Amino acid sequence: MIENKKVHKFGMVIDLDKCTGCGACMVSCMSENNVPFKEDESNKKDSITWMRVYKLTNGKSFPETEIVYLPRPCQHCGGIGDHGHSPCVSVCPATATDYGYDTGIVSQIYTRCFGCRYCMGACPYHARYFNWWDPKWPEGMEKYLSPNVSPRMRGVVEKCSFCYHRYQLAREQAIVEDREIEEMEYQTACTTACPAGAIVFGDLNNPAHKVHQIVKPDPHPDPMNHKVVGKSRNPKVFRLLERLGTNPKVYYMSEREWVRKAGDNYLKGEWENVKTHHGASSSHG
Amino acid sequence: MDDALIPEGAKRCAFPIFMIGIIIVGAVLLWGVYAMFLCWFKGLNQTNMNDYYGFALWIWADLAVIAVGGGAFFTGLLKYIFKVDDLKNIINFAVIIGFICYSSALLILAIDIGQPLRGWFIFWHANVHSMLTEVAFCLSCYFAVLTIEFIPNILENRQVNKVPFFHHLAHNMHGVMAVFAATGAFLSFFHQGSLGGVAGVMFGRPFAYREGLLIWPWTFFLFTWSAAAFGPCFTLLVTKITEMITGKKLVGDKTVNLLAKISGWMITTYIIAKIIDTIYWAFVTAPSMGFKLGHFYSNNGFYGYWILITEVILCGVVPGLLLINKSTRENPATRTIAIILGVIGVCLNRWVMVLQIMAVPVLSFDTWALYIPSWQEVATTILPVAYGIILIAVAYRYLPVFPQELELNESADTAAQN
Repeated sequence: MIENKKVHKFGMVIDLDKCTGCGACMVSCMSENNVPFKEDESNKKDSITWMRVYKLTNGKSFPETEIVYLPRPCQHCGGIGDHGHSPCVSVCPATATDYGYDTGIVSQIYTRCFGCRYCMGACPYHARYFNWWDPKWPEGMEKYLSPNVSPRMRGVVEKCSFCYHRYQLAREQAIVEDREIEEMEYQTACTTACPAGAIVFGDLNNPAHKVHQIVKPDPHPDPMNHKVVGKSRNPKVFRLLERLGTNPKVYYMSEREWVRKAGDNYLKGEWENVKTHHGASSSHG
Repeated sequence: MDDALIPEGAKRCAFPIFMIGIIIVGAVLLWGVYAMFLCWFKGLNQTNMNDYYGFALWIWADLAVIAVGGGAFFTGLLKYIFKVDDLKNIINFAVIIGFICYSSALLILAIDIGQPLRGWFIFWHANVHSMLTEVAFCLSCYFAVLTIEFIPNILENRQVNKVPFFHHLAHNMHGVMAVFAATGAFLSFFHQGSLGGVAGVMFGRPFAYREGLLIWPWTFFLFTWSAAAFGPCFTLLVTKITEMITGKKLVGDKTVNLLAKISGWMITTYIIAKIIDTIYWAFVTAPSMGFKLGHFYSNNGFYGYWILITEVILCGVVPGLLLINKSTRENPATRTIAIILGVIGVCLNRWVMVLQIMAVPVLSFDTWALYIPSWQEVATTILPVAYGIILIAVAYRYLPVFPQELELNESADTAAQN
């Protein structure tokens, strides 16, 4: 656990009750980060989607059917106990992926990655993607590429960076002006593109930021599972596969109980205990 | 025409027949080499791997050949450190098989990575937390040790050994081989273990994750143990195949039965540990992460409970019992069945620890992923097998691999001459 209060811990809250599944976050992410696409995108298992929108259903028949769309960027895991040993970071043999203790962002150094794909195997969220092909842009389209993000070559792994280049630009501006970065100075492309305002991004360590106010992260380890740190004290907020101890910095929010339950795997009867431990919860599901 | 190179007194088939065999296997090898170059020049899009199956057929083949190649380090340990002298009759062959397995493993790794020219980054930018870093260092060093162990055998070729320098070098290398055997056993312990750790440390993957001792998950120890247990089975199996092809008895029954007995006890103790590990994982580790055993073995078209039963019971308990029981061990038919089952068992274990991990969904709303390898993957996986056959054929023909060969076939040869 980082004691220095000045360090950032950038994170995201996605309100699944607001998300309409429009895919604007996916498109803006691809455009902003020069994410390559294939000539034929029909096989999604080798497509690169830093931000991927899953469609979830409560499994009930009409008229009780409910659908939710769940956008999934890299979860920027803090690892067990939030020590920075994220599932992917601790396994990379060449230190091509790293945990930023000053930002909480999991980085990927493309020029150091040699494509062993161990990180992909270790990530339970499938948030890491391999460049099976060299990127090819239709003629003229290369003019639209962002000059702030390097395109990736064949044979390396890539993933969502929380638009780190935007942080770098904001940080440089702040350094020049001798001040701290403002909340709205550093926002990811998906956050700014979301028409429903479902995605909120900011510093989880900063009480003035909206993400902190929504999440209300618990500074202490979860008494039921010491691997888990930074659990939300908001009963409507959850993280994906939280009990594994990956400690993601992407939080999800929903009024609906079935949606919150879908965030993790529970044995029969377990959810009732978890729900109680979380505090009061609604039962819209 | 190559009589001068063949060990003195040994009988070998005619050179043209030998070459026909080499050409046939060589054609398979070239097919694999073609596929290998396709992967190097066109990239891993030549495979059917994807972002779910990032670790696939090659990594399984890699782990499997390293496991079965474990016969080299374990037999070396028994021969040179524990002074089990009877194993001198099979140690040369065990080392050659180990050499083939480890060189194959390194070749597979060189094809498998997305940026082969950056392969050295694993040493230069080494991450000390990564099990794969430990694997790379230990595997490379152990391959060097195996090469050193193989060299004296090469130097004993009839013509090479006539050179006094090589003769003395071979003699002196034999003298210090215990040091290399010990080093090899140490290195092999760690890299076999690290390969187990590769899966065991993935705490985001409840199918693979294991708790353990200090920084090592249980799988670390199980992998080392299983390699030491099943590796000798593979050595015995390849010996049996070589005997069948050459039509000669190459290793005495006493040696074979001794190695089979040791392997049998190692398999039995390993499988007990494996069963305990499986039970603990199924009833403690997995439930603590919200999973029940059925989650890992149902709702898919391939990975059923059959795979667990086959690995543990049919290819673990059964060969273990067959090999520790004197009557079944000394019966050639049941012994052969046991060693075949053993080899299948350890390969199946590596399959499960590589591919099933990738196939099992972890997110509650995700689905099983299945995968069929492309011909390029299959060809490059068969490539090391063809290379191994050629190396064994050449070594058998020109090097004194089996010290008992003349003695065991003397009467047959005499009868043939009469």
